[in-house]
Amino acid sequence: MIKVENLTKRYAGQTAIRDLNFEVGQGEIMGFLGPNGAGKTTTMRILAGFMPATSGRASIAGFDVFEQSLQARAHLGYMPENVPLYSDMRVTEYLDYRAALKDVPHRRVVERVGDVKELCGLKDVENKLIGALSKGYRQRVGLADALLHEPDLLILDEPTIGLDPNQIRQVRELIKNLGKQHTILLSTHILPEVEMTCSRVIIIHKGRIEACDTPENLLGQIRQAGGVVVEAKTGTDNGAEEIKKIAGVRDVTTDVNGDWKIFSLRVESGLDVREEIFRLAAARRWTLRELSLRRATLEDVFVEITHSDQV
Amino acid sequence: MRKFYTLLSREVRSYFYSPIAYMVLVFFLVVSGVDFYFQVSFMNQRPVSYSVQEAFFNSVFFWFAFVLVFPLITMRLFAEEFKLGTIEPLMTAPVRDWQVVLAKFFGALVFYLILWIPTVLYFWIFQQVTKQPAATSWGAYFGSYLMLLLLGMFYVSIGCFASVLTKNQIIAAVISFCAITLLFFLGLMQFILLNVSAATRDLLGYFSALEHMGTFSRGVIDTRPIVLYVSMTIVMLALTHQAFQSRKWRL
Repeated sequence: MIKVENLTKRYAGQTAIRDLNFEVGQGEIMGFLGPNGAGKTTTMRILAGFMPATSGRASIAGFDVFEQSLQARAHLGYMPENVPLYSDMRVTEYLDYRAALKDVPHRRVVERVGDVKELCGLKDVENKLIGALSKGYRQRVGLADALLHEPDLLILDEPTIGLDPNQIRQVRELIKNLGKQHTILLSTHILPEVEMTCSRVIIIHKGRIEACDTPENLLGQIRQAGGVVVEAKTGTDNGAEEIKKIAGVRDVTTDVNGDWKIFSLRVESGLDVREEIFRLAAARRWTLRELSLRRATLEDVFVEITHSDQV
Repeated sequence: MRKFYTLLSREVRSYFYSPIAYMVLVFFLVVSGVDFYFQVSFMNQRPVSYSVQEAFFNSVFFWFAFVLVFPLITMRLFAEEFKLGTIEPLMTAPVRDWQVVLAKFFGALVFYLILWIPTVLYFWIFQQVTKQPAATSWGAYFGSYLMLLLLGMFYVSIGCFASVLTKNQIIAAVISFCAITLLFFLGLMQFILLNVSAATRDLLGYFSALEHMGTFSRGVIDTRPIVLYVSMTIVMLALTHQAFQSRKWRL
């Protein structure tokens, strides 16, 4: 559906993205992760035909985004970051206008506009001025607009930014449902969202692709970032000293909370040291009130890949 | 064609969504009304050798309103879209750059023409009340309104170009105001410069909006200004198109 080859974009004096190569297949939900300024929006804008790349190629449904821009654009629904909209138009009016721009046939405009309003929950506000809508509703108008012409591909730039937790959940559900018929490329900062919705993830950092895999595989690579959390009353013992002696424990950090000490352990890949900890606590007569395995999350993957230069 | 019409109708309607349109309309009605009133009352006092219609289109009031109105109409065309970021959804829809440029140009032109509709009424009322013709002939009406259209096209295209250069509406307004005023004063140069040859004076006269309006409002349809303004409009629109596309390679 999307094919990107050696895509590079240089702005005055600086390189926004460098030699990107990736493909997104039909029906995939691809998550696009990266810190601010990593080049996510630039990549999406190039794919959406808003600006050309400095070098390299990109195509959507077989159409080059620059050479055959019009056909490529006809195949995609794009929702830009922060969803710029004409605030002086009413919701239905805006969607009618967009439908005509996107070549929705005359006799289908009413039907399509009705459908997307239904799907995105805009029925209650259909006659309101867009300028009077809350952020969440504006976001939905943007999404409705992207869906109007039943595109094969949706490109959503931070679809859940600025929404409250309920709205985020709704949008996530919506995206998941859309994923059944559409190919989706979405960028976000919210990592649990990616774990829940995406079939594959690209992590981009400083304009380069640092990882591209399924969320499960990425987590597999980074198992060592998981660890064990121990909360115990150790009496006169230091605690950390003793724990460090257990085979497989790489390092221990201690937080003190009154009488209680909270130890965070980093352990060797794939090891579970909870049993040893329990025996140690029993032997040293520590009072134990938490002993849990912390699973690696995409957050760990993300941090490990992108933190290199941030002190 | 459907896309162009869709874009055009949004451009025209968007004028009436904002208070600016009504301000401009009121301002224009007041100034042209005052203009008409003064011309008629002046003629009441002494006999003159020209018609009401000629006087109306060649007065100081007329030119004052005329020069001011273009920056107001055109400043928001592109600048507002750049500022709000709405250019992004617009240009990622399957529309061509020239469709957008032409839609914006004609949208502004249509609004400009709407401004002139009430003036037709002035002449009609004048004839009803005084039982005298307001102009020497139908050709004089035709000539003046044709000149309005030609000058309007050219000055709107200048405004389009100014607006595509910046995301700040005020800057766009200042650029187009300066450009239009300078062009206008170029036409006055022949009255100011005394030590120039007749050829230079003629040359400057060719660019004088005042002179063109004078000729056309007498009902004389000269093809030279028609060619000048139509071709200059095309040049300005081509420049606008180029500048609009430059977002693709600039920065």
